[in-house]
Amino acid sequence: MALSLKVSFWATAASLPFGLFTAYALARWSFPGKQFLNGLVHLPLVLPPVVTGYLLLLTFGRSGWLGAWLAEIGIVFAFRWTGAALAAAIMAFPLMVRAIRLSIEAVDRRLEQAGATLGASPPWVFVTLTLPMILPGILAGTILAFAKAMGEFGATITFVSNIPGQTRTIPTAIYAFLQVPGGEGSALKLVLVSVVVAMGAVLLSEVLARRVAARIGGA
Amino acid sequence: MLSVQLRHAFPGFSLDLSFEAPAGVTILFGRSGSGKTSVVNAVAGILTPDAGRIAVGDAVLLDTARGIRVRPHRRRIGYVFQDARLFPHLTVRQNLRYGAWFAPKDAPRGDFAGVVDLLGIGHLLDRRPSALSGGETSRVAIGRALLSAPRLILADEPLASLDAARKAEILPYLERLRDAATVPILYVTHSVSEAARLATTVVALKNGRLADLGSPQRVLGDPSVLPGGPREVGALLFARVATHHSDGLTELDAAGVPLFLPRVDQPPGTILRLRIPAHDVILCRTRPEGISTLNIVPGRIVEIRPGEGPGALVTMETQAGRLLSRITRRSAAALGLKVGMSVHAAVKSVAIAPADIGPGAGTD
Repeated sequence: MALSLKVSFWATAASLPFGLFTAYALARWSFPGKQFLNGLVHLPLVLPPVVTGYLLLLTFGRSGWLGAWLAEIGIVFAFRWTGAALAAAIMAFPLMVRAIRLSIEAVDRRLEQAGATLGASPPWVFVTLTLPMILPGILAGTILAFAKAMGEFGATITFVSNIPGQTRTIPTAIYAFLQVPGGEGSALKLVLVSVVVAMGAVLLSEVLARRVAARIGGA
Repeated sequence: MLSVQLRHAFPGFSLDLSFEAPAGVTILFGRSGSGKTSVVNAVAGILTPDAGRIAVGDAVLLDTARGIRVRPHRRRIGYVFQDARLFPHLTVRQNLRYGAWFAPKDAPRGDFAGVVDLLGIGHLLDRRPSALSGGETSRVAIGRALLSAPRLILADEPLASLDAARKAEILPYLERLRDAATVPILYVTHSVSEAARLATTVVALKNGRLADLGSPQRVLGDPSVLPGGPREVGALLFARVATHHSDGLTELDAAGVPLFLPRVDQPPGTILRLRIPAHDVILCRTRPEGISTLNIVPGRIVEIRPGEGPGALVTMETQAGRLLSRITRRSAAALGLKVGMSVHAAVKSVAIAPADIGPGAGTD
């Protein structure tokens, strides 16, 4: 349970800057390979999670091309909680990027133009105008990603297995309990926990989004 | 002083003009599609023209020949957009302070309290833009531009989205601004009334070209450059408020000629500009008797300009200033009007719309 929260928290927190950057790039810039990047981001959404997990294992496993190099500088993902977080982050990434991208596309560019005429350089326009206006989208994307990370199963179990205390998140634990006779009771408790967490996340995002929307006057 | 030279080709439209605007309010005037907004956007740096040079005083903002193109946020232009564009997530106070935050430290600080007072927005400071009315939104947008320590203020039809009552509410603030401002203002409009009340100089555009440039008295009397054609021609007179009469009339003194208008809410002594539409001026060969019109101004015809249709535009010199009268050619022939002839102009008091009257002295 605590592990699941830790995994999901880090998965979400670590992918947020990348998600924001990717969403901004997809929404605003035109560059060669844009459609390729778009497809790449969405791949985990349409691939079977097992395939994603296996690809992660091939890449980030101890003998994987990136994993071997990272292991040398002391970063190991395979069969660690960090690996579970990585898998969850990759799986949740498309949801986060989609939500943020939509909110960036909804921003009135004319307001940013107005900011420029008032002397704000492009980075300042982003920080003082764009960012506050897309906050609801960032919030929605983050919470969606967090909920997705909490529920991630296929890629996790393929990539980092189901090691108690290391990589046993709530979904993999439920799965493990269901594999042994008489485990249904424990499984049910975890099911309840995940329902409560998921519900809480959705309600929280609703409340926060409403508060932000009220603050910027429903615009 | 603002100097603008621009050449730019749009699909199906080209812009090619140059003008120099002195201090005060320069009205960019023309029908929609004449290129007014493109000029303003080029000055603001939102549009980069194919070729051109733009300078405000000593500061060169654009010179394509020398490869100079100052980026929009470094131009220090206070832009009042037609759609206001207030930042929805900031309060009115934060919107007003936004520009000052980015202004160079050595730039003259805008006088926050003074601007707030000038625009009458003191009670709105803690509100969000969504809680403002249309007129309040416009005033805050004007204040935000003023407080960004600009070299030049651009206003792109700031009143176009407002109804007549809201326009009447804001125009006095703009007149105060014109009389108080130390920076030049480039103001886009297609409304003759706004041009007449605000202009120091009028720049008339037609199909992306300069049609005319000059004092509002002259340009607003030329039917060939007005967006609405001959219907909008009028004379601009300057007169001092003499007294308010108990029957609701205000007596003006236009260089010795008394003029009577429905009550004008200005203290005696105030200099007013008033636009007198040419189609409301009746010409008489002799001083008319037994007529309801209160304002009879004697003068001498200096020009008779036949129109394309059945009309003619008669210009006469009077003691109060130049007056214009739009009559039919048939009437002109029937009266035997000729240049040099003495005539009397009759102007109904109630024909002069309140929207065409505002404080402000002339420039020449």
